[in-house]
Amino acid sequence: MKSCVIVFPGSNCDRDVAIALEASSGAAPQMIWHGETEIPECDLIVLPGGFSYGDYLRSGAMAARAPIMRSVVAKANAGTPVLGLCNGFQILTEAGLLPGALMRNAGLKFICRDVYLKVENSGALFTRLYSHGQIVRIPISHHDGNYFTDAAALDRLESAGRVAFRYCAADGAVSAAANPNGSLNNIAGILNGAGNVLGMMPHPERLIAPELGGSDGRALFDALAEALQCA
Amino acid sequence: MRVTVTPEIVAQHGLKPDEYAHILRVLEREPNITELGIFSAMWNEHCSYKSSRVWLRTMPTTGPQVVCGPGENAGVVDIGGGQVAIFKMESHNHPSFIEPYQGAATGVGGIMRDVFTMGARPVANLNALRFGAPGNPRTRHLVSGVVAGIGGYGNCIGVPTIGGEVNFDPGYNGNILVNAMCIGVADADKVFYSTASGVGNPVVYVGSKTGRDGIHGASMASAEFDESSEERRPTVQVGDPFTEKLLLEACLELMAGDAVIAIQDMGAAGLTCSAVEMASKGGLGLALDLDKVPCREAGMTAYEMMLSESQERMLMVLHPDRIEAARAIFERWELAFAIVGETTATGRFIIRHQGEIVADLPVDVLAEQAPVYQRPWTATPPAPCLSAQDVPDTDDPGATLARLMGGPHLASRRWIWEQYDHMVMGDTVQRPGGDAAVVRVHGSRKGIAATTDVTPRYCAASPREGGKQAVAEAFRNLCAVGAKPLATTDCLNFGNPERPEIMGQLVGCIEGVSEACIVLDMPIVSGNVSLYNETSGIAIPPTPAIGAIGLLEDIDKMATIAFKQDGDVILLAGETAGHLGQSLYAREIAGRFDGAPPPVDLAAERRNGDFVRTQIVSGNIAAAHDISDGGLLIAVAEMALAGDRGCTLNVPESPVLRHAFLFGEDQARYVLCVAPEKAGALIEAARGNNVPIMKLGMVGSRDIILDGRSVHCVTGLRQAHENWFPSYMEG
Repeated sequence: MKSCVIVFPGSNCDRDVAIALEASSGAAPQMIWHGETEIPECDLIVLPGGFSYGDYLRSGAMAARAPIMRSVVAKANAGTPVLGLCNGFQILTEAGLLPGALMRNAGLKFICRDVYLKVENSGALFTRLYSHGQIVRIPISHHDGNYFTDAAALDRLESAGRVAFRYCAADGAVSAAANPNGSLNNIAGILNGAGNVLGMMPHPERLIAPELGGSDGRALFDALAEALQCA
Repeated sequence: MRVTVTPEIVAQHGLKPDEYAHILRVLEREPNITELGIFSAMWNEHCSYKSSRVWLRTMPTTGPQVVCGPGENAGVVDIGGGQVAIFKMESHNHPSFIEPYQGAATGVGGIMRDVFTMGARPVANLNALRFGAPGNPRTRHLVSGVVAGIGGYGNCIGVPTIGGEVNFDPGYNGNILVNAMCIGVADADKVFYSTASGVGNPVVYVGSKTGRDGIHGASMASAEFDESSEERRPTVQVGDPFTEKLLLEACLELMAGDAVIAIQDMGAAGLTCSAVEMASKGGLGLALDLDKVPCREAGMTAYEMMLSESQERMLMVLHPDRIEAARAIFERWELAFAIVGETTATGRFIIRHQGEIVADLPVDVLAEQAPVYQRPWTATPPAPCLSAQDVPDTDDPGATLARLMGGPHLASRRWIWEQYDHMVMGDTVQRPGGDAAVVRVHGSRKGIAATTDVTPRYCAASPREGGKQAVAEAFRNLCAVGAKPLATTDCLNFGNPERPEIMGQLVGCIEGVSEACIVLDMPIVSGNVSLYNETSGIAIPPTPAIGAIGLLEDIDKMATIAFKQDGDVILLAGETAGHLGQSLYAREIAGRFDGAPPPVDLAAERRNGDFVRTQIVSGNIAAAHDISDGGLLIAVAEMALAGDRGCTLNVPESPVLRHAFLFGEDQARYVLCVAPEKAGALIEAARGNNVPIMKLGMVGSRDIILDGRSVHCVTGLRQAHENWFPSYMEG
C-alpha cells in the first residue's frame, strides 16, 4: 500500500499515524508538505491530527485552503481513499469533502480520554475488519469535536448509512451520557457518499498495541493495508 | 529616549542603592537608561540567583549518569544506547497569578524551549500546581485558567502532558505556584550548549518577532505582590504554541546539521540574558545591531527591545558558511530569521541602535559580578512530635476513607489531566493517575518514568525533613513503577529571602533535598528558584518541588497501582510506626495542624526502594503503590479503584494504634500485590534484604473489607473520589 500523509504547519499526529500505517502495511508513508501542489500516485491519503495553523480562524479552515488541498480534493473525487483523523476530519469538512462542521465541545473544554464507539457501518473500506455493531475503545483528544449539520444533511447521512462510528457506553448504549462533546446523534465519524472518504474525531492510531493501553484502532489500518495491498 | 537615571528610577528597576553603587564603580560612569535596564534584568533575583547561589552551590550535581548538570538550559542525563534525557522544571508563579491562562501557557512554552534548545525533542510535560484554599473566591478561576493554559499550549504543540500534582492550601491564597517540567530525548552526540566560540561569527535571531510584551517580567518575578499587583498584567507575556511548534521543528531540522555553534532561548529578560550568557560562557564580547531585530511594532526603543519577553524566540551563534542553509530552513517554516550581531574579542556587550551606541557594558560584570548575598537566616524551630494517642481514633474508617478520598487533597485529578493530551506522540505507556507516568523511548523498549513531588505541610513544620521527604517520595514513585531513579530537577519556591525565617526555610529545604539526593543517588541536574512568593507580607509555605526521572530497561517489566486479580496477596513493605504528625488524617479529620512531619530514614528508603524495583523487574509483583498522603488505607483504596476490585484487609496485632496504622504517613513504605504462589518467596526475599514486610490481606470482592467488616464499596468510593473536582469546578 502506498500512502501519503499530508503535513500542515501545526500537524502533530503525523508521525503517530505514519507509524500505524507502517505497522499494518509494512511500508512507510510518504510525508507530503502542505505547500506542495501535487500528490504523487498513491492508494491512500491521510490528513493527520494536530492544530494546523494553530486552529486560528477556525480549526481546519486555513489548512483546507493550503496549496496541496486542491490535489487532495481532486483525488478524493476521483476515488482515492482519504482518511481524516481529528484535525483531519475538521479539514475535510472545511474543504467540502464531508458535510457539516465540528463545533466547540459542548462542555467547552478540551477532552482527552478513551471513549467507546459503536461501529455503525462495517461495510466501508476503512471499517471492514470490524463487525457491524461492534464496540471498540479508542481515544479522543480534541476541543472542537461537536459534529453539527442541518437536518436534511443529517437525514441523508443516516438514511444512507454513512455514519461510520457513534459514541456509546461500554455496553453499546448510544446515549447523551456517552456523548463526550455534544455531537448530533452521537456522531464520531462519517463517510462521504461514495464511501472513499472517512472523517473521524477519535484517534485509532493511538491504540494499536497492548503496551499503549489497547489495540482496537489497529483493525482500521489493517483493513486499509489488506484492501489496498495489491492496488 | 534620553532619561536621566535618578534614585527613584534605580529603585523602580529593583536595584538596591549598594547594587547601584557597585555598577557606578565598575563602569566608572553613570549608566544610561538602556544600560540600567540591562543591569536590572541580569541582576534581579530570577536571573542571578543572588540570594540562593551560595546555597545552590552546596547541592549534589554529579554522578556517572550526569552528562551536564546545572548551568545550561536544562540538565542532561545518560539513558544508554547513545541517547540522553534532557529535562528541567521551572516556575511561572507570578505571571500565572496575574493572568492564569497566559502565565501558565508561557511557562509550558518556556520550559519546552529550554529542552529543545539543547537539541532534544520534548517527549513529555509535567506540572506541579499549588492553589489557595478551595473556598477562596479566586481559587476556582485560577485553577480553571491555569489548567486551560497548560493544556492549550502543550496540546497544540503536540507533546503529551503525562503527570504532575496539585495542592490546595490557604497559604497559596495570594501566590499560586505553577511549576512546569519538560523532558526531551536527544542523541548523546547531538547535544547543543550555550557557549559561544570564535570571533566574528554571526549572531542570529529566529522565531517570533519582538513586541512590547513582558517587559520586565523577570523583575516582576523578583518582587512581592501587594494590592496593586493586578496592574502588572501588561508584564505577562502572551504565548503562541503554533509558532513554538514551527520553531521546534525548524530548530531540530537545523540541529541535524552542523551549523550551530551555540544556542540559547530568549526566556526571562529575552535578548539581554541570552546574548550575555552566550558571550560570557565563551569568554567573548558580543555586538548587537538592534535595527536588524525583527519587530512586531514600529518605534520600539533599545530599552524595550532589550527587555522584551516576547515568546518563541531563539538566539544562536552559527558557522558563517552555514547561514544560507539555516535561513532556508527557517523561511520554509515561515519564521523570522535575522543576523543581528556578531561575536567579538573585546569582552564588551555593545548595542547599536539607529546609528548610535546605546549600551557598552563589560560582559563578565553583567554575567558574573551580580551581587551574591549571604543572607542571614534563622532555622525553623523544631516541631514537637504528635503522639497518635493525642489524635482521636475514628469509629467509622469507611466514612473517614470516603471523606479523605472525596476531599480536595486526595480526590481524583482526572478533571485536570483529561484536559491535557497525554497520549500524543504514541509512546505513553503509563498514563496519569499512577505513581509515575511512563513514556516509551521512541523506537525502543525502554521507558522514561517521571514524577513531581513535595509535601509543603511537611516542609513548613520541618524544612529539612520536608526537603528529604520530597526527594524520597519522588524516589518511591519511580521505584514503584519499576524504574531506576536517575536524576532530579527542582523548583525552589519560597517567600521573601530578606526575612531570616524565610531564608531559614530555604536553607533547611536545600539541606534536606541535598542529603536525600546523595543517599538516593539522584543528583540535581537543573532547576530554578522562585523567591518573593509573598503578598502583603504573607509568604507561601516552603515548597521545594522536586521533579525526577527514572529509567525502565524494558517497558514490559513496568508495574502499575491497579489490583490485577482476585486472590492476589496484599503485602505491606516498610516499617510502620504510626506517625500521625502533619498527616492528612490529623489535619482533615482531627483538626490537628501541629506536630513534626514523619521522619525520613534515607537508608531505609534506599533499601526498600531498591528491593521493590528489583522485584518488579524480576516479574514477581502484580501491582505496587507507594504510601504517601493519607497513609496505608488510602493507598490500598487507590489500588482498588484503579483495578476496579475490592479487597480484604486485616490490621495486625501490634503496639501501633489502629487509626495510626491505617492513616499514619510513615515513609519508605509500599503496598505490593503478588500472586499467591509467589508470596512466600517474596516475603523471604524481603527479609533477606532487611526490608520489613507483612501480609495485609487479599484482593477480591466489590468492597473494602477491614477486619471482617465492609467499610466501603468500591463503586461508592469511586463516586466520592471522582466527583469532588468536577462539582467543585462547577461551583
